[in-house]
Amino acid sequence: MNLSVGISDWKIGKPPDVVVTYALGSCVGICLYDKKTKIAGLSHIMLPESTGSGEGSGLNRMKFADTAIPDMFNKMLIMGASRATVTAKIAGGATMFTTGASCRFNIGERNVASVKAALHALRIPILAQDTGADYGRTVFMYPEDGKVTIKSAGKGEKNI
Amino acid sequence: MAALKKFEDLNASQIDVLTEIGNIGSGNASTALSSLTGKEIVISMPEVKFLGFQEAIEKNGSPEETVAAVLVHLKDDIRGMILIIVEHEFAEAILSVFFGEKKIDLLNLSDEDISALTEIGSIMSHSYMTAISSLAGVNIGIETPSFAVDMFGAIMSVPIIEFGEIGEKLLCIDKFIEINGVKMKSNILLIPTVDSLSVLFGKLGME
Repeated sequence: MNLSVGISDWKIGKPPDVVVTYALGSCVGICLYDKKTKIAGLSHIMLPESTGSGEGSGLNRMKFADTAIPDMFNKMLIMGASRATVTAKIAGGATMFTTGASCRFNIGERNVASVKAALHALRIPILAQDTGADYGRTVFMYPEDGKVTIKSAGKGEKNI
Repeated sequence: MAALKKFEDLNASQIDVLTEIGNIGSGNASTALSSLTGKEIVISMPEVKFLGFQEAIEKNGSPEETVAAVLVHLKDDIRGMILIIVEHEFAEAILSVFFGEKKIDLLNLSDEDISALTEIGSIMSHSYMTAISSLAGVNIGIETPSFAVDMFGAIMSVPIIEFGEIGEKLLCIDKFIEINGVKMKSNILLIPTVDSLSVLFGKLGME
């Protein structure tokens, strides 16, 4: 089954699923994979930090790196993944407009930094990444072997 | 009326006003484009939509389609952005008007094509905003436009992220453009911040 992960969303799949998130811009896709149980989670975060977001109790925890990653990881553990064997691959965090006001926020870079901090806090090693630069990415994750394929406009596909 | 905190709190008459503003603004933008190209340009009635993030992408296009985009930030009384999404067919039609009949590949545009599209986006944004500022007596500053070509969803992540910190929805005032009688999809999205709307309604005596 193709599991499609929207913006501010995460989903967990097992073989023979393919977990996909389309057209990441400055958002970051985080692929967590447990090779022992083949449990694979893909999170699509929008913003780095939930603190100070002004959302109060209605906070959408799937939107932020610091809440989405631990939540998805915990859910994977509940489903039987083993804490010691979960690894990460990350993609996205681009700067879509390289001039003008929007690039001053550096949001892509801040998202990537916050994702790395969240993974570090959970002691999840990052095996590979394709982040930054100025182009969008679609991410396919294959729970069968943990392979992650990244597709970009005019740049074809690559595996990380 | 209390200050607006969320787009969802807008009432029917405020939505009517926003639609009218979108109408006048885009009418002005199309006139600018007409006089620039010497072609008849028709812009559809604008629609005011509150869209969830995923919807904002799915309702306006397909996530992986390659599009060109001109982004302009607004400052002073009205803050937010204008995002002009130019699909392949429209870009080709417009560039052919300027440079003679040509086929283009959005991913391999010449510098000349990029400056022409950026300039068109800039002129349309300016005329759009001029209409709104004279209507409502507000000052609207426009920053230098930026240009990008990429997947539609990735482009849309820019407004979605910038407005994502204050809620779950985006207010889009959008419309389609017709050139020479051919309807082509080219969205002009006006995406104001919620506090700018309070300023706007205040100026119009609606508070």
